[in-house]
Amino acid sequence: MSEPLLQLTGVHTHIGQYHILQGVDLVVPRGELTVLLGRNGAGKTTALRTIMGLWHASRGALLFDGEDITRAATADIACAGIAYVPENMGIFSDLTVRENLVLAARAGVPDTARLEWIFGFFPALKKFWNQAAGTLSGGQKQMLAIARAIVEPRKLLLVDEPTKGLAPAIIQSLIAAFRELKAMETTILLVEQNFNFVRSLGDTVAVMDDGRIVHGGPMVDLAEDRELQQTLLGLSLDAHQ
Amino acid sequence: MMTRILSGDFPRSRLLTALLLAVFAGLALAPFLFPGARAINVAATICVFVVLAASYDLLLGYTGIVSFAHTMFYGIGAYGVGLSLHGVGPTWSAVLMGLTIALGLSLGLALVIGLFSLRVKAIFYAMITLAVASAFAVLASQLSDLTGGEDGRSFGVPEALRPGFRLVEAEIFGTAINGKLLTYYLVFFGALSLFLFLLRVVNSPFGRVLQAIRENDFRAEALGYRTVVYRTLANCLSAATATLAGALMALWLRYAGPQTTLSFTIMMDILLIVVIGGMGTLYGAAVGAALFILAQNYLQALMRQASEGLTAVPLLANLLHPDRWLLWLGVLFVLSVYFFPTGIVGKLRSLKRE
Amino acid sequence: MTTTVTTPPPDGELPRLRLDKAPLLVLPILALLALPLIGSFPTWVTLTVAGLAMGMMIFIMASGLTLVFGLMDVLNFGHGAFVSVGAFTATLVLLPMQGWMQADSVLMNLTALGLAIALAMLVTGLLGWAFERIVVMPVYGQHLKQILITMGGMIVAEQMIHVVWGPDQIPLPLPASFRGALLIGDAAIEKYRLIAVAVGLMVFVSMFLVLNRTKIGLLIRAGVENGEMVEALGYRIRRLFVGVFVAGSALAGLGGVLWGLYKETLTAAMGSDIMVLVFIVIIIGGLGSVGGCFIGALLVALVANYTGFLAPKIALVSNILLMVAVLLWRPQGLYPVAKR
Repeated sequence: MSEPLLQLTGVHTHIGQYHILQGVDLVVPRGELTVLLGRNGAGKTTALRTIMGLWHASRGALLFDGEDITRAATADIACAGIAYVPENMGIFSDLTVRENLVLAARAGVPDTARLEWIFGFFPALKKFWNQAAGTLSGGQKQMLAIARAIVEPRKLLLVDEPTKGLAPAIIQSLIAAFRELKAMETTILLVEQNFNFVRSLGDTVAVMDDGRIVHGGPMVDLAEDRELQQTLLGLSLDAHQ
Repeated sequence: MMTRILSGDFPRSRLLTALLLAVFAGLALAPFLFPGARAINVAATICVFVVLAASYDLLLGYTGIVSFAHTMFYGIGAYGVGLSLHGVGPTWSAVLMGLTIALGLSLGLALVIGLFSLRVKAIFYAMITLAVASAFAVLASQLSDLTGGEDGRSFGVPEALRPGFRLVEAEIFGTAINGKLLTYYLVFFGALSLFLFLLRVVNSPFGRVLQAIRENDFRAEALGYRTVVYRTLANCLSAATATLAGALMALWLRYAGPQTTLSFTIMMDILLIVVIGGMGTLYGAAVGAALFILAQNYLQALMRQASEGLTAVPLLANLLHPDRWLLWLGVLFVLSVYFFPTGIVGKLRSLKRE
Repeated sequence: MTTTVTTPPPDGELPRLRLDKAPLLVLPILALLALPLIGSFPTWVTLTVAGLAMGMMIFIMASGLTLVFGLMDVLNFGHGAFVSVGAFTATLVLLPMQGWMQADSVLMNLTALGLAIALAMLVTGLLGWAFERIVVMPVYGQHLKQILITMGGMIVAEQMIHVVWGPDQIPLPLPASFRGALLIGDAAIEKYRLIAVAVGLMVFVSMFLVLNRTKIGLLIRAGVENGEMVEALGYRIRRLFVGVFVAGSALAGLGGVLWGLYKETLTAAMGSDIMVLVFIVIIIGGLGSVGGCFIGALLVALVANYTGFLAPKIALVSNILLMVAVLLWRPQGLYPVAKR
């Protein structure tokens, strides 16, 4: 196995007086889709935000592609090759779909061939190209948010709960998109609560609880072991859709 | 006994206690210690500004909101009493009537402004109060039939407060017990009781909620406190106290005008006093007011001398010109917000710990 | 968030992007309503042009302030100092070039004025840069300190004007060719007001183009809505912010020159005096919205001019009444800025 693309070692993060991450050790292997599972408040979003430099780790180290990014500024981390799709999608609703994508393309203009490739699985974006992003539906916003993250090739994609509140049909098109990205060997770290959505997508899985990683391993192990699912994820995940 | 009077809120620093005692004693005995019209005028101004600054600190320091309308309420108090005495004649019932109308107007305005703008950010409130206060100042100077315009209004005060009035014929320690002296003690005890009242307020459960809101309003709201209600109440209390301070000042000066009450300069003075004295502690307002008014009255004379001595160096002479003293205060103000956000009182208290 | 789109329509079909026209309509409606009240068409034209001129100048002074607030949640209470400094700096050019100013040649007048404006904008831009570094930067995210510090900064700046230029008012006569009025029919329109309207429109149009047609403009608009996400896309928002702060300060300087010539006298407090109107304008427009600021400025100025003519006593508080009315209609201002 090659060296991991992203490695978190003993990462602690404080937000104000709250100690959220309490020593996270996480490895994201190159070219794979890693799923981060865990109940609400386990610290998944904080983990992504800490990687992105939106919050800084108070202790521990983050290594990305051989570089130490523990203290780096968000913009530098982004330029190092990490794209981020936050839980609230972070769409600029005042800007059009086109303008959102223009900003995401640091080269200046989005590459036409790559745009067509994106339109292939997110056709709505082509249709509403010059429409203000704020007028899109929830699912279309999610598509735009992901499109923004992949409009140029990036080394690592951080995606926070993309299926939240979306209709099943749209979830299907997201699955298709993630399969395409996997086929192109994009490394992805995906935070999810919807186990059924990630069961078939994930290569490796990590489960968080109370600010720590409590389980890590290949997805197949977890997908086939109902007892392990019970202990790690509880019943709530089965009830979830 | 002291615990009751001070509401259990002690200065908590030996130096500060000494300073406060000196201010208190100086003010209490001012007519006897410092004869002369100028000194007694300074003392009365200090009394009023202690209350004015303390009531502002209730907003700025304890509630965490910046208002630029404090002089408006101060002015309402001064004009209320002044115009009533001017219109009705120099009687106590006129004072009372003016005070009642002024308090009603202040409370009404404070309530409306509060409900209107305290829901949103501190910045919004600051902007709205600035706009309202400046409109009010313009209004007061333009409605000259009522207010006397830019000239303001001079008026007579009730018999007992006039300089010609003698309570006893004899002099005590060489000071005549006349109406002027009585007015001074009216101002002094009025200010003292208002200050102790504010001390009571900030140390009450109500005051603690205000501080909780200042620290974290989301959390206070989550704990079930309606932050808007508390902030609006604090706003009203602070406005009412400022109104009373204005009334005291009017009685002392026997004059109410835009320059002495409504001007933006006074607003800045209050801001400077509270920040330099120490936000979030009423003692800071007291110490700050005393030092500020003293400096304003006596330091400027020093600056004049320095400036006159330096006429050869034009820029430096300009910098030290007594009219430029606001420049130095401004610099001091900015520096103290950065480096001593707890002001003089905070510094004194931390000295103790070292 | 006040977005009205809640349910996604079937088939992914979207409602057309609705341009919020209501605030745009307020201006002509107001002007038309004022006409019968004023009664005389020439007077109405004069008042309207005067209102538009004043509105444009306020817009120039306010636009930078509202953008800075939108982008970084920083409200500079000392913004008015840049207005005063701009106007006083202009005298450094205008007073020595008095000959050019009073010459009977439009070209010489314009050259002198252009130089003065360039210098004023340069100085206030630089001052804005220093102000941002020294005064504002250490207090990001702390509103209370921000208000206090920037207020303090303004006191110091105003006093420094006194130190440098002396305590007295400075008269600043208009260039020869901009004095007097044009007579159109029976309506007298002061030439200088037309100039102010023209400059204001130029500033608005170029600002509009920059914000909508350039990547920097897109970044600013995106940053106003969600600065964190702009960072996460790989842009340093801080640099952007400093740029906007400097540009806003330079615009305040430009506004100061125009305003000073309009008033024909300069006082150190002219900036802080006008700040009250500026605040009302950006509250009415919606904090952070340039379009709202533009309409708000025109609205405030027109109302002030109309009521000044119709009911001078009310005119003193007309701005406050207008602000209350607008906020009752739209509590977040005419164009509320969507925040994350």
